[in-house]
Amino acid sequence: MTVFQFSSPAWMVCPVILPLIAGLLCFLFSHRTFAIALAAALTNLLVVCLLTGQLLVFGPMRCHMGGWQPPLGITLRTDGPALLMLLMTAVTGLAITLYARGYFSYRISDPRRAGRHQRQQRYFWPLWMLLLAGLNGLFLSNDVFNVYVTLELIGISAASLAALSGKPASLLASFRYLLVSLLGSLTYLFGIVFLYRSNGVLDLGLLQNLAANGLGIRTALVLMSVGLLLKTALFPLHFWLPPAHANALAPVSAILSALVVKGSFYMLFRFWFEIFPSTITQPTLNFMGTLGAVAVLWGAVQAIRQHRLKLMVAYSTVSQLGYLFIAFPLARVDGGIPVWSIVIFIALAHACAKSAMFMAAGTVFLHLGHDRIKDLSGVRASLPITVFAYGIAGVSLMGLPPSGGFVGKWLLLTASLGSSQWWWALVVITGSLLASIYVFRVMSRLFVIPEGFSLKKSEPHFRLLEWPALALALISLFLGLAASWPLHILVHGTTTLAQVFVGGLP
Amino acid sequence: MSRTGKSHKRLDGFQRLLLLLVICMVMLLGYIIWSTPGSKPVLTDAVAQMQEYSGVESPVTAVLLNFRGYDTLLEVMVLLLAVIGTWSLTEAFFPVQGSEISPVQMGAVRLLAPVMCLVAAYLVWQGSHLAGGAFQGGAILGAAGVLVLVTELPGLRTIPVLSLRIGLVLGPLLFTGTALFCLFITGDLLGYPKGAGGWMILLVETGCAVSIGLTLALLFAGGRPDKESIWKNNP
Amino acid sequence: MITTLIYSLTGLILFGMGFFTLIIHSHPLRKILAVNVMSTGVFLILVATAYIPLGEGEIDPVPHAMVLTGIVVSVSVTALALILACRIQETSNSSLPGRKQQGEVPEESIG
Repeated sequence: MTVFQFSSPAWMVCPVILPLIAGLLCFLFSHRTFAIALAAALTNLLVVCLLTGQLLVFGPMRCHMGGWQPPLGITLRTDGPALLMLLMTAVTGLAITLYARGYFSYRISDPRRAGRHQRQQRYFWPLWMLLLAGLNGLFLSNDVFNVYVTLELIGISAASLAALSGKPASLLASFRYLLVSLLGSLTYLFGIVFLYRSNGVLDLGLLQNLAANGLGIRTALVLMSVGLLLKTALFPLHFWLPPAHANALAPVSAILSALVVKGSFYMLFRFWFEIFPSTITQPTLNFMGTLGAVAVLWGAVQAIRQHRLKLMVAYSTVSQLGYLFIAFPLARVDGGIPVWSIVIFIALAHACAKSAMFMAAGTVFLHLGHDRIKDLSGVRASLPITVFAYGIAGVSLMGLPPSGGFVGKWLLLTASLGSSQWWWALVVITGSLLASIYVFRVMSRLFVIPEGFSLKKSEPHFRLLEWPALALALISLFLGLAASWPLHILVHGTTTLAQVFVGGLP
Repeated sequence: MSRTGKSHKRLDGFQRLLLLLVICMVMLLGYIIWSTPGSKPVLTDAVAQMQEYSGVESPVTAVLLNFRGYDTLLEVMVLLLAVIGTWSLTEAFFPVQGSEISPVQMGAVRLLAPVMCLVAAYLVWQGSHLAGGAFQGGAILGAAGVLVLVTELPGLRTIPVLSLRIGLVLGPLLFTGTALFCLFITGDLLGYPKGAGGWMILLVETGCAVSIGLTLALLFAGGRPDKESIWKNNP
Repeated sequence: MITTLIYSLTGLILFGMGFFTLIIHSHPLRKILAVNVMSTGVFLILVATAYIPLGEGEIDPVPHAMVLTGIVVSVSVTALALILACRIQETSNSSLPGRKQQGEVPEESIG
């Protein structure tokens, strides 16, 4: 059958359909959930690797759903940035799946609250699988309305996951998250209305060719951007993020910080720089950069002020997302590098490092029973691998070589100094210094061993808790060394329009 | 007449500013809507051209289930997600049945519920050539379910949870299975084979209508069913 | 053309009213209802886009499909939000915000 050939574009549907079926099966059979979920995560990674190979051999491909060509049908498309985001999701997703298994089995082994945690586990897996399907669908989609449906899929599952822990604080945070997410999708839909009124098509490829400078297009872009910015938590629309991410269960925090916010950011970047590049003006880019700069500094300052570990990591997410937006005024600087490169490196490195950090924080919380920063002493002796993972993740967040975070910040610095916009470089450096403060603050506490400390024997459950975190942290560290691979995939698979615009504004 | 002194205060400064901003935004958007006339009929022509190949006569159903069926597949999952989220949060709450069901209620349910099921089935069937389809039929089925839940029929105690789960998952699984089947046969996801489009769409719509009705009724129930029965005693 | 304009502007006013209520009021039920009104406004504008006067040709089915999808999504999110709000009230012993201050202007809160 031609479907199974290596060159068939039909492989593109697998990253969406497989987790969907896995989610349905996980909901139906509440006993074999981990086996189903693990199988889905593994096959997802395999298929994404196959798609990468396809991209490198055949170039960007399109797959038409139902065989209907645009403008009638929906298209899926693979190209460099999409595939890198898929890879990020697949690798991080696999690590989080393993971590979640360890997390829940540790919690269930405590007989006092086993029932509650068993119930949490039973509903975690279908929600996580459907969220994975939504994320993959978002990265692959080439149709404006299809993106809306996947955004809703992601939003509802993320809000349900955030509420899973059942604590009053997390319920409140999840409610706010749900409303904000809905408001964002609604504004995005409103933007689609204007887009449809002026152009009459919904396919991104056709919109790219048709892009005019009309009032309708500008309004549509503003509305869609506001909706996506609400979901990406850029300052000052970030108020929902720290409570939601801090109060959730540890694997859920990792999913939310590492993957969910990247989805809407990816769509935003694609709209601004690939679909409607002629509608964007330099003052608008500078405005986004300013908001990003404020996010970096403000988020870092708030992170330093926190007393609880998970809140600190959540504010660190707010700060790191600001770097992604500082790349906006710098993305088109001529340097021979593709438009997406700064953003991809920061996003990839942040996904791995932040999920590793949340996983480490979760393990510490399980071990100690609390996450107050000033009482974290002595963890180094009982959880050495976790502390090591936390440290390496911190290295990437601070932007020290040879981590992926360093490569991203280096690209930002060269772009800003090269185009004589030196103020962005100042913000990046200050942000890194502030990040080092909040990372080292916790590290120093973790390393202190108080007097009279007795070593708690580490239970065997901890293996699944510690090693995925370490693996992700090491990936974020060596992303800098292997920086040529993502760059190769980007260059190979970028659409021609983006390459044309590397040379400056039109 | 207001109770306990709840009076309508005037808006304070921030709220007045916000009101002004909202009015300005509405006026601006209204002007933009007024100055951008209707869309070019690109898609209308394309749908009209391809209508005959889609297997159904209603253009809306053709778009929903055939041309843009992938969106509908994801959307059915969204409904299921709402149920999963609800079940993860709380248990369904019904008061212990103390008094008997009034004869008016009983008579109404006896008359209406079966008729509603018939109407739902007809709506699903009608979707192929007039307005109708899975969602409309599912909404009626959901209303029938709500009626039964509100009446607190004693028969509800005996529904096993597994059958509820199967009913919920039936529609999405049928849809996904059909999509994959088409993928293997024609090489395109949801690319119905020639001539088989009509009855395949009908099959998918029936399954989805059942699932959607069950979803809406269970969302009204407001939580996961207890292990032994669907009822939970009044705490 | 005039019909389309009337419906679109109505939808827009609904959107604005819902948005204002969402920001101003702090009671969760009010917020959920406000978001529902906003969605209805957007759907109305979409449906108005699909309007073709009688006899002038085939209807435009794509906005219809979009609105159907949007309604389903809106129902799902409303249900989940309502149950979350119920759960919040169950787990916290105090009443929902907005009920305590009777006769005072409720605090601004979406944040």
